Amino acid sequence: MDFYKEKLLTIITESEIEEHLLQDIDRLGAKGYTISSAKGKGEKGVRNAVWNANSNVKIEIVCDNNICEKIIEFLKENYLKNYAMILFISDVNVLRPKKF
Amino acid sequence: MNMIDPVILFFLFGVVVGLLRTKLSLPRQIYDFVTILLLLSIGLKGGIELAKQPILSLLPQMLASITMGFCLPFIAYPVLRYLGRLSLPDAASIAAHYGSVSVGTFAVSMSYLTLRGIPFEEHMALFLVLLESPAIIAGILLARGVSKNVKWKEVTREALLDKGIILMFGGLFIGWIVGPAGIKPIEPLFFDMFKSILALFLFEMGIIVSAHLGSLKRHGLFLLGFGVLMPIFSSLIGILISGLLGLSIGGMTIFATLAASASYIAVPAAMRITIPEANPALSLTSSLGITFTFNVLIGIPIYYNFAKTFFVILGR
Repeated sequence: MDFYKEKLLTIITESEIEEHLLQDIDRLGAKGYTISSAKGKGEKGVRNAVWNANSNVKIEIVCDNNICEKIIEFLKENYLKNYAMILFISDVNVLRPKKF
Repeated sequence: MNMIDPVILFFLFGVVVGLLRTKLSLPRQIYDFVTILLLLSIGLKGGIELAKQPILSLLPQMLASITMGFCLPFIAYPVLRYLGRLSLPDAASIAAHYGSVSVGTFAVSMSYLTLRGIPFEEHMALFLVLLESPAIIAGILLARGVSKNVKWKEVTREALLDKGIILMFGGLFIGWIVGPAGIKPIEPLFFDMFKSILALFLFEMGIIVSAHLGSLKRHGLFLLGFGVLMPIFSSLIGILISGLLGLSIGGMTIFATLAASASYIAVPAAMRITIPEANPALSLTSSLGITFTFNVLIGIPIYYNFAKTFFVILGR
């Protein structure tokens, strides 16, 4: 079977900024994303999701290299400094590249 | 008669449970549900009362509430910035918290008065709704000035369409339309169970508060002093305004509580977006860890005594 290479961008951040972040991600050209609730621990302490102010979300975006870089640049400019946020990319193989 | 309000004990129970680091807490969806019930109940209660009087007669009181909510942050800000030596964004953000209100504290003050048989104007929920957002605008003004960089349209939309405001406003509206007779069929859940719901809510609040008490050590004495003295000062302004507007002792107590309370839901969410440089741990420690706890346990009885005293001074 033929597979095509795409990028998987994973962002884990504060749920309070979810709505704004998604607007930006949409605007930068991502065709879709998957969001799940998350909790965990990092530089900004334990975020145990007891209530909204300390809940996290995990946003996963499959996209091509170009859009991926655009999103990362934008996050570096606008979000990384002030928000509890980590991001990482991985290579994934997809069946239908047109979807991304 | 035993005057210990069980809901207060639920709050303390929650604090203890949290401090013991048990994993116990209300499931997230249940907590959301309890909050929604609380907001709707408060709205409905106020709405029924509004149905009994012409709404325009309340206009002076409504305007006074909005003005108070907008102005309190401008008083808090210099104290935080120059006495507390906080950074500009932190001072502006915390100031905004103190101009807005806490629904939980409001509910406890109603419970306090009801337990003692002290009457109050039931339409106070209207002021609760009005006081939620003016402080957000004030906070942004303090942090950014009238800068063009602020997306004012978006900010205003978010400040007004906060979940709490929508739910209370919906309750007010439904209560206002159907009136006291029409509300009867839904009274069991919204009114008869109000205190049980409040108890559950405060239990969870206790757990959340306990998580913020730990950071108190890091943020020190200034925040502790501010978190206690600022609400007392604000309550005096609330007493003054509500007294001059002709509210009863009960009404003055609730209005003072509104002035004294600090937001821990609507404002933190708005500040996180609009003033991202501000540290949310700082403002939540102050508004939730210190001020909410102080108001619920000690503040409300003090404000009640202020109200009684001012009532006598006014010669009523």
